[in-house]
Amino acid sequence: MTVSTVPPEEKVSGGQAPTLGLYVRTYLAKVRGGDMGALPAILGLVVLTIIFSAARPVFFSAANFANLLSQGAAITVIAMGLVFVLLLGEIDLSAGFASGVCAAVLATLLTTHGFPWYVAILGAILTGVVIGVVIGLLVAKIGIPSFVVTLAAFLAFQGAVLLLIKGGTIIAVDDPTIKKINFDGRFTPLQGWILYGITIAALAALQLWKRASRARRGLAVEPMSVVTLRVGGVAALMGIGVYVLNLERGRNILFSQKGVPMVVLLIGILLVVWTFVLGRTAYGRHLYAVGGNKEAARRAGINVDGIRISVFVVCSAMAAVGGIIAASRQASVDPNTGGSNVLLYAVGAAVIGGTSLFGGKGRVLDAVLGGAVVAVIENGMGLMQYSAGQKFIVTGVVLLAAAGIDALSRRRAASAGLR
Amino acid sequence: MTDTPLLEVRGLNKSFGPVQVLRDVDFSAYAGQVTALVGDNGAGKSTLVKCLGGIYSIDSGEYLFDGKPVSVHGPRDAAALGVEIVYQDLALCDNLDIVQNMFLGREIKSGIVLDDITMEQKAAETLAGLSVRTVKSVRQHVSSLSGGQRQTVAIAKAVLWNNRLVVLDEPTAALGVAQTAQVLELVRRLADNGLAVVLISHNMNDVFAVADRIAALFLGQMCAQVSASDVTHAQVVELITAGRSGDLGLRQNGATV
Repeated sequence: MTVSTVPPEEKVSGGQAPTLGLYVRTYLAKVRGGDMGALPAILGLVVLTIIFSAARPVFFSAANFANLLSQGAAITVIAMGLVFVLLLGEIDLSAGFASGVCAAVLATLLTTHGFPWYVAILGAILTGVVIGVVIGLLVAKIGIPSFVVTLAAFLAFQGAVLLLIKGGTIIAVDDPTIKKINFDGRFTPLQGWILYGITIAALAALQLWKRASRARRGLAVEPMSVVTLRVGGVAALMGIGVYVLNLERGRNILFSQKGVPMVVLLIGILLVVWTFVLGRTAYGRHLYAVGGNKEAARRAGINVDGIRISVFVVCSAMAAVGGIIAASRQASVDPNTGGSNVLLYAVGAAVIGGTSLFGGKGRVLDAVLGGAVVAVIENGMGLMQYSAGQKFIVTGVVLLAAAGIDALSRRRAASAGLR
Repeated sequence: MTDTPLLEVRGLNKSFGPVQVLRDVDFSAYAGQVTALVGDNGAGKSTLVKCLGGIYSIDSGEYLFDGKPVSVHGPRDAAALGVEIVYQDLALCDNLDIVQNMFLGREIKSGIVLDDITMEQKAAETLAGLSVRTVKSVRQHVSSLSGGQRQTVAIAKAVLWNNRLVVLDEPTAALGVAQTAQVLELVRRLADNGLAVVLISHNMNDVFAVADRIAALFLGQMCAQVSASDVTHAQVVELITAGRSGDLGLRQNGATV
């Protein structure tokens, strides 16, 4: 039994260090093979920014940048939750109105019943968890397709919002703490820079520590140039962001508006926490496994039903957080909170960012990148004074395009033998 | 071949309702040897293997491991003994890499954090121990592997957990010539490393290439367990298709020689 067909360069990864050039080549091969990752989102962001800035110079202003962030925050957070559901190849169509229901619970607890802000937030998130458990049980234990369960919930939650806020009135949310989240909460420029410094230092330390401990065990390590480029790139981008957000953007000198909006920190924390959960815990690993091959996961002793229920819980709880952010931004809750195109924007954000609708592929970061694209589209079209009809059509086309890229790259990956 | 078999079943019976699938089957597998389990479709190979793996409960018969009687009531019991079955439809996740697949469901953790470094090291060691040179990096996604490489990963996964008996269900069925050779070489190496290997195969060339012993099932009965060097190709084919070949195999009345 001699084997002479093995190409000579193939070997099990040892201590040899791959070079920067190898990294670039591997990445290009991946892109050509259909695994584009976040590339469409980043290209989209650049192109859209150039187009909108050329058409409406005000788009490229510090004030509009801050506005963009707070506009996109709720959708980004809901999209983060959706990534979990999409990773299993399931869908949650009720996430938008679930955020509406949770926002309504928040507003009712705060305004009608006069509870303090932390009770209201806890109530809203708990509502999200209960919604997620119910949906998850119906999908995993009864076996109704998630599409149908959440479509039914979509309608029911719409009704629940109406009932909660007594038929179409608007409930004001003027608790100062809640309003800080995404209405008027800003860090001072100094606080902004301190947070920036902590983030970059932590990122660099983590990267170096990981590299050092791999090297100590004799495993292949990334070249230092890749680590430097990665940390440097993030530091540069975030630095520009913090600098711009620290510029004065108030029109009236008496009402100074400068500093990083607090919602940015919230999104950052959620991003770090969920990325850790997906990437570094057994739960996250099992989630990818169930999304990739349910049968293999079952044979490996993974509690598949438990995982399926859990993703709906995460999704609905994140929808609740999204609802709180939306309520904070509007400083009120009305029957349309979480309604109209919120769900489509959130699904679009996850998919544009590179999360697959077919399951098994996606990151929480995708939701942030895709959320940025969606916010830019919405904001830019608003500045161009497009009518509501035009906006809906454009957003629909963008979502379709993202899903199309997803399907095509999957086919491409299949033909390239990558899937 | 004089020492006690690692695994032995005696007088195994298994019925599904009125259909008796296995009738008084004796079967043994020895450490350090490849035992080929052959038989036509429906002869009961898969049922026998599932009984060994604890997936099916046995109706009657003795299950001896290391010469001692044991009771196997579920896959967990079999796994605890160190019996691992590598199925034909590979239980691998395409979207995970080799290390992640090999440790799936049994991840090494420090606290709640996955210890990826230790896992990567162990996976690389296991593959190196099997002299696997066909995978570039253990961090490759399984989706980018060929059929033979996938089979290799599935087998290596079975070895990783210090299993003592590995059952391979038609590991070469879907593979090309070169890949088949690679996998058979790996099968041989498993046995050389001291494991008992049971190889289910339809392919006589594969069987004679690696097997030390051949066990032939015919319509739910074990018609012969012989040393591979004592029989010819044609005899094994006769055993598979007719249940007997000359002095070997079932008598007309159905008793084993």
